[in-house]
Amino acid sequence: MSDLLLPPEHRYAKLIEQSRNEDGSEFSILNLGPTHPATHGIFQNILLMDGERIIEAEPTIGYIHRAFEKIAENRPFYQINVLTDRMNYCSSPINNMAWWMTVEKLLNIEVPKRAQYLRVIVMELARITDHLICNSILGVDTGAYTGFLYVFQLREKVYEIYEEICGARLTTNMGRIGGFEREWSEEAFKKLNIFLEEFPIAWKEFENLFERNRIFIDRTVNVGGITAEKAMAYGFTGPNLRAAGIDYDVRKAAPYSSYEDFEFDVPVGKSGDTYDRFCVRNAEVWESISIIKQALAKLPEGPIHADVPDYYLPPKEDVYTNMESLIYHFKIVMGEVPVPVDEIYHAVEGGNGELGFYLTSDGSRTPYRLKFRRPCYVYYQAYPEMIKGAMLSDAIVILSSLNVIAGELDA
Amino acid sequence: MSETKTNMVAPPEGVVGEGFFATKLNDVVGMARANSLWPLPFATSCCGIEFMATMASHYDLARFGSERVSFSPRQADMLMVMGTISKKMAPILRQVYEQMSEPRWVIAVGACASSGGVFDTYSVLQGIDKVIPVDVYVPGCPPRPEQIVDGVMRLQELVRNESVRRRNSPEYKELLASYNL
Amino acid sequence: MALETAFIQEKLSQTFGNNVFNFEMKRDIFTFEATSDTIHEVIRFLKEQEDLNFHFLTDLTGIHFPDNDDSHQFAVVYQLHNWIKNMRIRVKTYLPENPELETITDLFLCSNWMEREAWDFFGINFKGHPQLKRILNMDEMVSHPMRKEFPMEDSGRTDKDDRFFGRISING
Repeated sequence: MSDLLLPPEHRYAKLIEQSRNEDGSEFSILNLGPTHPATHGIFQNILLMDGERIIEAEPTIGYIHRAFEKIAENRPFYQINVLTDRMNYCSSPINNMAWWMTVEKLLNIEVPKRAQYLRVIVMELARITDHLICNSILGVDTGAYTGFLYVFQLREKVYEIYEEICGARLTTNMGRIGGFEREWSEEAFKKLNIFLEEFPIAWKEFENLFERNRIFIDRTVNVGGITAEKAMAYGFTGPNLRAAGIDYDVRKAAPYSSYEDFEFDVPVGKSGDTYDRFCVRNAEVWESISIIKQALAKLPEGPIHADVPDYYLPPKEDVYTNMESLIYHFKIVMGEVPVPVDEIYHAVEGGNGELGFYLTSDGSRTPYRLKFRRPCYVYYQAYPEMIKGAMLSDAIVILSSLNVIAGELDA
Repeated sequence: MSETKTNMVAPPEGVVGEGFFATKLNDVVGMARANSLWPLPFATSCCGIEFMATMASHYDLARFGSERVSFSPRQADMLMVMGTISKKMAPILRQVYEQMSEPRWVIAVGACASSGGVFDTYSVLQGIDKVIPVDVYVPGCPPRPEQIVDGVMRLQELVRNESVRRRNSPEYKELLASYNL
Repeated sequence: MALETAFIQEKLSQTFGNNVFNFEMKRDIFTFEATSDTIHEVIRFLKEQEDLNFHFLTDLTGIHFPDNDDSHQFAVVYQLHNWIKNMRIRVKTYLPENPELETITDLFLCSNWMEREAWDFFGINFKGHPQLKRILNMDEMVSHPMRKEFPMEDSGRTDKDDRFFGRISING
């Protein structure tokens, strides 16, 4: 049996035996364990260290494996939306909308323009919140707690907007097949406009705290760099890939939900180190603000959902008074709706990269196989290589700048 | 001094005299413990983000005495388990609980920690009370920060009224024995 | 100029003959099948050929078909992407019971964990993989949970009454 199949601590123990120095000093094993203040989520890294330097690392994941794919094989489409929330829980509306777009692709449903623009608004809001958390926690890991407290206050404002739209703060379970469940209230638009006025000022202050801060630059520049070729080989997508220099963005490559109507740039870094990742995320927040403003300015009138009574839950007043709506409601909730036999792959630009859903349907009420292409899972493989030769505190900073979210990693 | 709107913790019942205040040891110790609970945030998934919102400035858990979050079990009073615990993680949770020193309390935050939540699968532990004793359950998916604060306040009630001798009593030892601790 | 699907099909058929078949356009992604012993060479061809240049592995997944005939029990699906020409392609290969396949970790570094996940969930053995061990499930687990016969719920649970869920009770 190859050594690589042993648990990492046993393999490292063997290595330590073999390479003991003459003066008795030797390498050591450090368990950057599943519960650790600096790992955002539970994943473990067993490190082989020479003093403070890391020689080798092996990650162990699966500590929050909730078997989403197995659950999805037993649930009709509306109930799978609940699972997608809990994957990248920092930006759940993006996952929700991605799932609805996959189902609409399977069922060949055309979503009206107004619903598409509203989806864009909510997805960009979610992207802003995801980058807010990532960058402020990166600040906390380098010792700056203020940015985190400041930025979380803004996240509360976004939570209030989500509450106006769908009723929940974090795991939003937003949307329906074909659009949204209800028209956005006046209050939602008012809060959104207030947010768009206040947020840029606050974000500029947050950026000023870090971008020319001597200590932050010392901690993050030339730390955890990765070349563009390596990034592509390791399956990087999203801000981590763009920091390495490649401008692949699913919103530009395969526009979905009317993204082609908006003008925005894709910020790209140079060396792929931690500072570049931080700056790329900052720049993406500015681009998201601009997209939301454009969408609000050009928001067309029209229906909030597609006219597909077979798949769209009818409004409650109709269900209680109209026989036909009651029958449709029952059929949709039970999942007895016509579903074609097909294979669909749909990808969106999630907060961390290309979030894809590979759906194989056999015509029954639940998918036959649903695979979530999770960006974190794919690019976390590069972590051992990125920290080889770095110090332990650099390893922590690299980990937070990669924005690995445990829910998405293990699914 | 200006009039503040802060509610200070009321002193326990007792006999006041010239230069002395007599009360029960239980009450004083209970009051001290209840208002200085240091949490160990065992945040695994989405509830962890709501905990971060609770610790942040809007819902500030620090004003209840939980100013210093301790990630070392030896220095923590209450273990807040937030998020889904899978079977792979259960031994680690147990180890962290065992390393905590008495008196220790456990809050299960969220549906997943209380009972497995939405995830009734082969890999998820259906509630952390299968491996460690729990004092307060906070339901919700995820619970609002106000609910988490309410859970901490209920725990404060429990702590305030707990007898000083409880941790050495045979009932408590029996409780730990039922979990094989 | 975009890659034409007819061009891809022709190049593949010229090189691999009968080992690649079932070319079709599944919605917006061009899909074809390859036999399990040539899959490694097919993927290398797709990656290294200059005019094809599918340099990015988007996804690798396994599927279990217990109802199919014996030689089509498992499927491994590769999705590749060419960013420059903006073209996606899907390659499928079917495997019998006790599935074994050659690894593509020498071509794509990111397939390392994807193949480990397929091993963990389905038991598909990737020959030549440097570290084929469990990744998401517990190391002590012996069965492969995403196979259709494996139940979703924990069979040892005692606090749920199956009568209320319309199920035959499996634990008494």
